[in-house]
Amino acid sequence: MKTVAEINERIKNGRAVVATAEEIIEIAEEQGYRKAAEMVDVVTTGTFGPMCSSGVFINFGHSDPPIKMQRVTLNDVPAYAGLAAVDAYIGATELSTTRGMEYGGGHVIEELVAGRDVRLHAEAHGTDCYPRKEIDTTINKYNVNQIYMYNPRNAYQNYPAATNSTKRTIHTYMGTLLPEFGNITYSTSGELSPLLNDPYYRTIGLGTSIFLGGARGYVTWQGTQHNPGQKRAENGVPVSLSGTLAVSGDLREMSTRYIKAAIYDKYGISLFVGIGIPIPIIDEEMLAFTAVRNSGIITSIADKSGNVRLDETFTYEQLQSGSVEFRGKKVKTAPLSSIGRAREIAGVLKEWIEGGRFLLTEAVEPLPMENKINKLEIRGIV
Amino acid sequence: MKKVKVKLHFPRKWLGRPLISELITKYGIVFNILHADISYDSEGTLIAEISGDDDSVNNALAYIDSVDVKYKLYNKSIIIREEECIDCGACTAVCPSEALTMDSNNKLRFDKEKCLVCELCIKACPLKIISTEF
Ligand code: SF4
Ligand code: SF4
Repeated sequence: MKTVAEINERIKNGRAVVATAEEIIEIAEEQGYRKAAEMVDVVTTGTFGPMCSSGVFINFGHSDPPIKMQRVTLNDVPAYAGLAAVDAYIGATELSTTRGMEYGGGHVIEELVAGRDVRLHAEAHGTDCYPRKEIDTTINKYNVNQIYMYNPRNAYQNYPAATNSTKRTIHTYMGTLLPEFGNITYSTSGELSPLLNDPYYRTIGLGTSIFLGGARGYVTWQGTQHNPGQKRAENGVPVSLSGTLAVSGDLREMSTRYIKAAIYDKYGISLFVGIGIPIPIIDEEMLAFTAVRNSGIITSIADKSGNVRLDETFTYEQLQSGSVEFRGKKVKTAPLSSIGRAREIAGVLKEWIEGGRFLLTEAVEPLPMENKINKLEIRGIV
Repeated sequence: MKKVKVKLHFPRKWLGRPLISELITKYGIVFNILHADISYDSEGTLIAEISGDDDSVNNALAYIDSVDVKYKLYNKSIIIREEECIDCGACTAVCPSEALTMDSNNKLRFDKEKCLVCELCIKACPLKIISTEF
């Protein structure tokens, strides 16, 4: 048994032993869980995938005379400004009013991370206290007051693979899906993925300090659609859609290596977000959780045309092999999230911790273990 | 030495000669099939790489022209701006020929020889870093 405070002492002294979520698998196999749990202080995880529920809050600062911004665009991409005078939120999937699906919120966010200038246009009706009715200027991450990412749902614990039962190609946020179960796509970093290494959220909770887009960020809330009640396999790992995280961090410190705009053909814009979460090995049970392998992680599969209910399941080891047996034929499988970069993130976080530059935080409150997912009923309006 | 990539278009109910073996025996070319989609009842396509000395390849193409099979030469090739690639793998989902695959280290591998220049990957890449070059 180790406390997070004890682990932090070791990190400060440069003596902490850190392994990535891939490395720990071998260590656990060689040493056994108990010995490995004594040896290793922290396991680092990583993921780098398209996460649509992402966006950035910006406070632009006041102009002279001032404006209460109402309709705001950044490089012609609308931002939500129904907040105080010069606060706005730009979401990753918002589309450009001039370039349609070629450019969107994700691109604006990537440009801001890169430090480039972005065109700001804002309109207002004008008030006694905010007389200005229009403004055109450029902003960047250095000349605004605050600019921080706030992503309401990232790091899905487990996400179903996708396929297509129809006779035509369909274009989805899970990529291009070929007719008649012509391919299967999946999005996960599997054994490297944060919440798959802490399936019951024993160490990851509100206030957990994380790697976000190359900067230090925090888990700030349960993610939207957080669904801890999902069916779980014997090792505790959920077998389909389950836990999610809301995360936040300072965009100024982020890097375009870990924040990248994405265009999914005929679907729209998304944002690749890099997240890494350190897991303190407080006891043998946590070590056992982090030693999970792709062969022990199961996911379901969904027909993205919505026509057929599919009951098949696959392990991530099967999906990562490049093809699976599905409905009597060999079907090609393809990833959407970058495992290479997920591995890199786990490695960077490991270096930060080993170098004493990143201390762990204890969650101030755990994520809920009970939560009901509601459907949106279409009800009569009174 | 000449090497060309061609798409052969067979008409419906093609009853022509055994074209490929004729090409090989007559002209001494190497005929490497990359992709075939042929059946008696519908139009078929075959994508192949033909190599041999210049004259043989030219004569082979002229011969294809003289029978009822149409062909199209590929003069484009696919280029990937590799330094910008994040190895997400979205392009491998649509590639019909295994020219794009993920290697055991989860890195993208592009085998130009197998590429059919179908251009499906250009649209599928979320970073838009794949294009064609003439
Ligand atoms: S153009 Fe792209 S998708 Fe088509 S065969 Fe070549 S690499 Fe594969
Ligand atoms: S889809 Fe684009 S970024 Fe992703 S692996 Fe292929 S070329 Fe690289």
